[in-house]
Amino acid sequence: MSIKKQPYHNPLSHLDWLEAEAIHILREVAGQCSNPVLLFSGGKDSLCILRLAEKAFRPGRFPFPLMHIDTGHNYQEVIDFRDQRAAELGERLIVRSVEDSMKRGTVVLKSPDEPRNKHQSVTLLEAIEEFGFDCCIGGARRDEEKARAKERIMSFRDEFGQWDPKNQRPELWNLYNARSHKGENIRAFPISNWTEMDVWQYIERENLGLPSIYFAHQRDVVMRSGAIVPINVPLASGEVINPPRAGEEIINMQVRFRTVGDITCTAPVISDADTVSKIVLETATTTITERGATRLDDQTSDASMEQRKKEGYF
Amino acid sequence: MKTEHNDSLLRFMTCGSVDDGKSTLIGRLLFDTKTILADTLTQISNTSKKRGMEAVDLSLLTDGLQAEREQGITIDVAYRYFSTGTRKYIIADAPGHEQYTRNMVTAASTANLAIILIDARKGVLTQTRRHSYLAHLVGIPHIVVAVNKMDLVDYDQNVYNKICADYLAFAKEIGLQRNSNNEAGHDIRFIPMSALNGDMLVDRLDNMPWYTGETLLEMLEKAPAAHTEQSEEFRFPVQFVCRPHASADADLHDFRGFMGRVESGDIAVGDAVTVLPNGYTSKVKAIQLGEAQLQSAQTEQSITLLLEDEIDTSRGDMIIKTGSKIEPVKQIEAFVCWLSETPLSPARTYIVRHTTRESKAKVGAISYKVDVNTLEQQATTDLKMNDIARMSFKLAQPLMVDSYSKNRATGAFIVIDESTNNTVGAGMIV
Repeated sequence: MSIKKQPYHNPLSHLDWLEAEAIHILREVAGQCSNPVLLFSGGKDSLCILRLAEKAFRPGRFPFPLMHIDTGHNYQEVIDFRDQRAAELGERLIVRSVEDSMKRGTVVLKSPDEPRNKHQSVTLLEAIEEFGFDCCIGGARRDEEKARAKERIMSFRDEFGQWDPKNQRPELWNLYNARSHKGENIRAFPISNWTEMDVWQYIERENLGLPSIYFAHQRDVVMRSGAIVPINVPLASGEVINPPRAGEEIINMQVRFRTVGDITCTAPVISDADTVSKIVLETATTTITERGATRLDDQTSDASMEQRKKEGYF
Repeated sequence: MKTEHNDSLLRFMTCGSVDDGKSTLIGRLLFDTKTILADTLTQISNTSKKRGMEAVDLSLLTDGLQAEREQGITIDVAYRYFSTGTRKYIIADAPGHEQYTRNMVTAASTANLAIILIDARKGVLTQTRRHSYLAHLVGIPHIVVAVNKMDLVDYDQNVYNKICADYLAFAKEIGLQRNSNNEAGHDIRFIPMSALNGDMLVDRLDNMPWYTGETLLEMLEKAPAAHTEQSEEFRFPVQFVCRPHASADADLHDFRGFMGRVESGDIAVGDAVTVLPNGYTSKVKAIQLGEAQLQSAQTEQSITLLLEDEIDTSRGDMIIKTGSKIEPVKQIEAFVCWLSETPLSPARTYIVRHTTRESKAKVGAISYKVDVNTLEQQATTDLKMNDIARMSFKLAQPLMVDSYSKNRATGAFIVIDESTNNTVGAGMIV
């Protein structure tokens, strides 16, 4: 019962297929939405999306600006890279900061050192309202977390930015429905079907530049409840955050970041991978999931991502 | 001749209920292909213990959202991923109960292969019929009938053989003709397995020496990817027109690129093309993918087409090869699966989205609806969620359609309710 005759076509390689799908999704956003925006953090997933947007729209300009919701607690290397990349592309970059929301009083921290990650939702919604965006393109992937496994490629949010898992539009074939009424918006995820491995293979194939902290480097850290926590991290403002707690031993370790986010809730992993091809190898043999190893904010409960998404998080 | 699938991608779906071991099967595939990493395993092992189970329950890997756990149901289609090093897989995991017909149709819409699970103790059931009918209706060309829980029938070959015979008998009734000599017809395969023990999924244990066919993973590795098996007509719906005329680069002032995805067939520089619905003709001047200039492009590639002549073309138009047969139509006849809790209202106007084109649509006649369990045709005047009916729509704008059985991309459409913007129906053109 062995198949089969010679294929009529050789199928696309998996990276070519994923690339073609993502380009198609980006163009659907451009075709269906009147005022979309591309969320760009300087992280690896959004850098892939920028490359996909180049392939989707060049030689034209992107039909959307880039926007970063900055918690104020980002690594300087990543912020520099973000600005450099936007400038190279000649595209408009909007930055809105959680600290401004704090000043306005719309974000209130429980304590000064509370991680600001989840508060990005508030700032994002404020920016959506300010600019009247009807669609936000993001780099979320379904393999990241189980609340994401059921996420649509075009995900509908009401005017409070809420994701209602029970009230999502069925998504069939590649016929995406990005319609929304005023005030509502769509979150579009062009790399939904990519895994962490696909992202690294694509970065390798396309020879994409990345912020230096993705590669192995020496860093002062402490071990805190099983996680590696970077300490004494300098910000652009000159402020230094994440001091060690009393009794913690500072270790200088060779680490890299698998995921880049708010300093206070993103942990690095021990690694000597200092090139993309070494990272691809490391990704192939790792025994810990991307979020399991590196996100300090997803471990509070089985459902923390689902909860945050309902509240308007990406 | 042996087919090489060089690192390609296969999308498949699983049909069955939790009782058939569907979650266990998916969990097993992920586990045996080493997709499950240590921290996830620790997590589900803890949950297994919390729920009073002795062994690690692999079905928890596909356990859903808090909202679902609270209600003890599966709401939705979940997508899972694994890779074997030679192929990447996307699994669409849909609940199998009757009230979830819409989820099955959703999952099936992007799948090229369906695994239909049968409990060896129970044999071919009503739900097996339903799953097979839906997989057939939505045009999945490859079907793997997995006779699971063989460990519970002492790995009895006779039980397996009887189930295979029963399945083939009813498959014929619903128009699923088995492909005997690799020509026209459907590709239906059978496999005995024990998902719980991991027998015949990735590993071949010693329990069924009488089965010498392929393991499930071997079948998946060899299954043809979508669009690879037959020649298809070139269809290129225009998604977006690139006109960077304000660019500082003078060379770009006359640039006019038609951006889209090749939904089927292929195209090469120099080919004569026609742009529908207006019928303008031209030739392909260039094909671009990013910075790369291509001589030709094939199905599923997202490209930019440049034509020799200046033609007024916009999103929603379709570029085909000159001479290819496709007529703009203002009425379509289709099988429609209703997806919304709000029933279809024959008096209302809906929006039909087909490829990159939209049209207002009025409901024409509803010929009949299909009982998905008995496949009986019933007269009806309305359509509720999960119903499937043969019906027609009258269109305000012409659409360029093929029959769904010929082309899954240009034969499919969705129905949108303009007041809520919800996707309320899925159609397959007859």
